[in-house]
Amino acid sequence: MSNKKQDTSFEQCMKCTVCTVYCPVVAVNPAYPGPKQAGPDGERYRLKNPLFYDEALDLCLNCKRCEVACPSNVKIGDIIQNARLAYGTHKPKLRDYILANTDIMGTLATSMAPVVNFTLGLKPVKAVMDGVLEVDHHRTFPKYAGQKFETWFKRYALKKQEAYDRKVSYFHGCYANYNYPKLAKDLVKIMNAVGYGVNLLEKEKCCGVALISNGFKDQALKQAELNLGSIRKAVARGEQVLTTSSTCTFTMRDEYEHILGLENSDVRENINLATKFIFEAVDSGQIKLVFKKDYTKRIAYHTPCHMEKLGWAIYSTSLVRMIPGVDFLMLDSQCCGIAGTYGFKKEHYNDSQKIGEGLFRQIADSNVDMVATDCETCKWQIEMSTGVQVENPISIIADALDVEETIKANTK
Amino acid sequence: MKEYDVIIVGGGITGAGTARDCAMRGLKTLIIERFDFTAGATGRNHGLLHSGARYAVTDQESAEECIRENMILRKIARHCVEETDGMFITLPEDDLGFQSTFIDSCLKAGIRAEAIDPKEAIRLEPSVNKTLIGAVRVPDGAVDPFRLTIANVYDARLHGAEVLTYHEVTSILKEGDAVVGVEVVDHHTKEKKSIRSRLVINAGGIWGHHIASLAGATVNMFPAKGALLIFGHRVNNMVINRCRKPADADILVPGDTICLIGTTSSRLPYDQIDDMKVTPDEVDILLREGAKLAPELAQTRILRAYAGVRPLVAADNDPSGRSISRGIVCLDHETRDGIPGFITITGGKLMTYRLMAEWATDLACRKLGVDKKCQTAEICLPGSEESEKKSEKTVRTGLGAKAAQGRHGTRSVNITRNDKRDESLVCECEGVSVAEVNYAIEELNAKNIINLRRRTRLGMGTCQGELCACRAAGLLAKSNGCARRSIEDLASFMNERWKGMFPVAWGDTLAEAQFTSWIYEGVCGLDAFEQKEG
Repeated sequence: MSNKKQDTSFEQCMKCTVCTVYCPVVAVNPAYPGPKQAGPDGERYRLKNPLFYDEALDLCLNCKRCEVACPSNVKIGDIIQNARLAYGTHKPKLRDYILANTDIMGTLATSMAPVVNFTLGLKPVKAVMDGVLEVDHHRTFPKYAGQKFETWFKRYALKKQEAYDRKVSYFHGCYANYNYPKLAKDLVKIMNAVGYGVNLLEKEKCCGVALISNGFKDQALKQAELNLGSIRKAVARGEQVLTTSSTCTFTMRDEYEHILGLENSDVRENINLATKFIFEAVDSGQIKLVFKKDYTKRIAYHTPCHMEKLGWAIYSTSLVRMIPGVDFLMLDSQCCGIAGTYGFKKEHYNDSQKIGEGLFRQIADSNVDMVATDCETCKWQIEMSTGVQVENPISIIADALDVEETIKANTK
Repeated sequence: MKEYDVIIVGGGITGAGTARDCAMRGLKTLIIERFDFTAGATGRNHGLLHSGARYAVTDQESAEECIRENMILRKIARHCVEETDGMFITLPEDDLGFQSTFIDSCLKAGIRAEAIDPKEAIRLEPSVNKTLIGAVRVPDGAVDPFRLTIANVYDARLHGAEVLTYHEVTSILKEGDAVVGVEVVDHHTKEKKSIRSRLVINAGGIWGHHIASLAGATVNMFPAKGALLIFGHRVNNMVINRCRKPADADILVPGDTICLIGTTSSRLPYDQIDDMKVTPDEVDILLREGAKLAPELAQTRILRAYAGVRPLVAADNDPSGRSISRGIVCLDHETRDGIPGFITITGGKLMTYRLMAEWATDLACRKLGVDKKCQTAEICLPGSEESEKKSEKTVRTGLGAKAAQGRHGTRSVNITRNDKRDESLVCECEGVSVAEVNYAIEELNAKNIINLRRRTRLGMGTCQGELCACRAAGLLAKSNGCARRSIEDLASFMNERWKGMFPVAWGDTLAEAQFTSWIYEGVCGLDAFEQKEG
């Protein structure tokens, strides 16, 4: 805490309460006091006496929709997160450790992926996880890939990248590395097609979002420092650092500073979501995308909460809408309810599903082939709750891309 | 006609303390206040639980009184006191040589005073000016004057005392030279009535000057105005003072959810004591000097500015008023002026109210031939009866229940919560629930929104009544059955809030005030109602 300045943005609160109107938790669970009381109002009392900390703050999703709604620029979500880390008395459980350590679990699981995937899907195993670990039995863990993206990249793609003058760095995150390497491969495919080589960071660890929300601040701090070190080296080489997850991006840009108290302003503007980077390059005429003539799909876009906070949904949606064969539908911006590891926890499962209800209904009524979204946990939630396939916009672009024509269009 | 043993005029801390002492000694007691309890100087000070250190160098007697009462209040008024401790800091522009004189004087008066390393001072109180060159730690603290007064009144009532608020004394009844009661007017009904008693104790503070004159006595009082600023949150958790001769704006006190800087000091004509305004110059001095104690104050939102009046009393042998005492003055008008049945208790400070009450009650008992010892230093006030340590380990409860426990101490168990609605918050900034408001209406003589504010902190938070005032008006209307009265009440409450915000109306405070006016004038149409009323 010592390296962090006291956040007094709560003083700017005008008590208009619009944050509470937009809070997805308040709408489904009256036990949660709402962002205004949990944040700016509660902070004044916690400054008087930490005993005023209310354990109900555990119900916060950290979606930051309160901050988006606030007209007075109060860092409501940050105030709540920081209060949880500073005053929370709940010790993280083994379950929280397992859920938060996506890196360790991913490394262990990918080496034995078929066994792990099979085992995690078994009913008795689910029952044990539900009963002992309190991971809700409705949830299915995302499947682990047999080969990590990093392994694939080093084996099959690394060499080819030397051919490109222009380069970007890629922070793949845990999901693309352990569970869904296709997404990472799709990004490499697009970037190569438009004439960019892709570098991995010297070292990367999980961005730490799950560590922060599960109360493992010290470990989050270590991983963040390692990531920032690698990012600084990439930026020094003149490369943008791209990601394919809105939450990783948001965490490294904002939470590192606001929650972990790290100085990241030197590289913050170089941490970019891949869709934003690609859209801006197309928009400014630096690159061209050519799409397959026969690609037709009806696609709806869901705005993840952290994407809403970044204010960047417009880049991903504009990119998807560039595909001529896409019949596009914008879904109302609302939380899907999973909020990373939150919805996996037995105690939050019901709230999680109730929060997402409106979104699930809208998707079910929309008759779409696919939902596009920039967040992996939203993908799990929507797929589980609606049965509709969900893909990252990067994968959709990669599928619709006419690679040959795109390469031609980008070589003079 | 009913006759009381004693009528106490004035519902500040002195009157409340005297009422408690009299009632505990078995006197048939009535306390009369022209507005509400704490409406005068009691509700407009620092809320500092003086250790006496501030007076040690200049006035040993006051210092000794302070530290004795300080220790007593920690015991009998536990729920009104925050044991924060305080420090007297020396800044580069101050004379560090003063520190040893200061410590010696403190120790002589029995005040624990210990020089601490500036680094240690910064560790203890991170908000303190980091350029300090010296610090002395003393047993200062914070005391809530509203809570303290109400607890005294409440206990007086539990011992059989009766209470009249919004009754103003218009004349003193006399038979021959002797005082035999008072005539009062009820501010609500405008009815006049006479009330008889064997003794009248004038505890009117600065207004006691007027009460004395009604009885035909002259007490020379000189109003001294002190202005203060309230900040939006607790910047400091220990009291911070300057280690030098007392001067303007050199005490920063944490109190509940806020902190206070004060005070200025200026003479005020007697005819202005009911209409004090804080001037821009005073705000400037408070901000400039305050930021020297804790630099963060310069960036902290100011909630409001207000001023109180110290009742300074001229010594009897010096009608010019040059020789002024801050000590306790207890006047037996029978021996002094030949007016039997009349006593004035004045001077003193919030800190010494209990001792003042003891002196006045001792004198009253002597006159009435009652032989009972004062017990107010030993018997705890309602709310502070037993150690709160046990109840601190609260089970998971909301802000409303926890905050109410802080305000009413052990008596908070009497706040009945039957359902969810009772638990819902009226005042969100200060965590005042429907149940607590109802408790204040039923048990603590709250008749309007300003009364509720003084009983509960309703409307004292960041938004200054923006969200809670209309809800409170609704609950009051339900209790008194008169919507019209509640609307008038609401309008006057909002005007009173604005009066305190006006001198500091810039930045977030101004924006908040503007937003409040949109709600009350734009949405609720309160201005239209006022215009119609003319």
